[in-house]
Amino acid sequence: MADHDTFTHTNADIDVHSMGEVHEHPTWKQYKWVAIILTLITVIEVWVYYTPFSQSALFVPALLLMSAVKFAIVVLFYMHLKYDHRLFKALFTGPLIIAISTLLALLLVFGKFAGR
Amino acid sequence: MSTAVASHAHPPTSTGLDHRKIAIWAFIGSECMLFASLISTYLIYKGRSVVGPFPHDACNPPLCATPLKPILNIPVTSVSTFVLLMSSLAMVLALAAVENRGKPGYEGILGSSKFWLMATAVLGTTFLGFQAYEFTSFVHEGLTIRTNLFGSSFFTLTGFHGAHVTAGVLWLLTLFAIDVKRGLQPKDALLVDISALYWHFVDVVWIAIFTLVYLIK
Repeated sequence: MADHDTFTHTNADIDVHSMGEVHEHPTWKQYKWVAIILTLITVIEVWVYYTPFSQSALFVPALLLMSAVKFAIVVLFYMHLKYDHRLFKALFTGPLIIAISTLLALLLVFGKFAGR
Repeated sequence: MSTAVASHAHPPTSTGLDHRKIAIWAFIGSECMLFASLISTYLIYKGRSVVGPFPHDACNPPLCATPLKPILNIPVTSVSTFVLLMSSLAMVLALAAVENRGKPGYEGILGSSKFWLMATAVLGTTFLGFQAYEFTSFVHEGLTIRTNLFGSSFFTLTGFHGAHVTAGVLWLLTLFAIDVKRGLQPKDALLVDISALYWHFVDVVWIAIFTLVYLIK
């Protein structure tokens, strides 16, 4: 398994620098664990949907938190943003922050937070 | 790094980074804003439909001609969500197979980029099949894009996402065809990397949609 555990860019044909990869990619084991964690979080999300907890005030924040964790895991590990050049991080997080801010502002303007 | 390969693949850039990878990240950034606008629209219209069917609530006369159950099918969508998550795993394995071609331990299935690319495309197509089933059943239950605000915003949001998945599947099949024709080599890793970034983005958008549209009542 040792060979499978490390996905490195030792192959000279790969132009690692122009791909913007600052560090090595995750290993096969890490990819496997990422998939397991994503699946488990999804199972928990669906499970709580069917429990009395779905009537709780904490239900929506809990779902949003779990969703954000899944989002971050995919972006950091599968999209390799954790290992990529900072320009790529800026190109993604900048628009993402604008998008989320706009979304929240629109919900506020249209009274979606009223009465909570 | 192989300077010869780099200079052959693309002209030198001021950042030292490949323009194609900068372009895909800029594109993904712009897509974040597109989907944020679609999700905003859905959330703003949520709960403002005058007539049913409704996503999480039953609809009874006089709002509906006949009593209707909540229309969203959470178990089916949960399975399709799992399928899309697994397609992301297959995609990273496809990229790893191309990057590590020729290395010891990558002669088997783990090193078969053809297998992983096709697996990703098949899983993506399966997700689209679930979406087609969902859309068809909604129409049969009386929900179309013109029925109410929920229908309009729901079909627009998930339809746009489905169109992105379709484009991703076509992209993957193109890479698969290249792989079959001449074999993707480590020097082609960037081509696979760019398509993988797009595919994972489609996945993260669905992560948000699944929670905001399907699970939050």
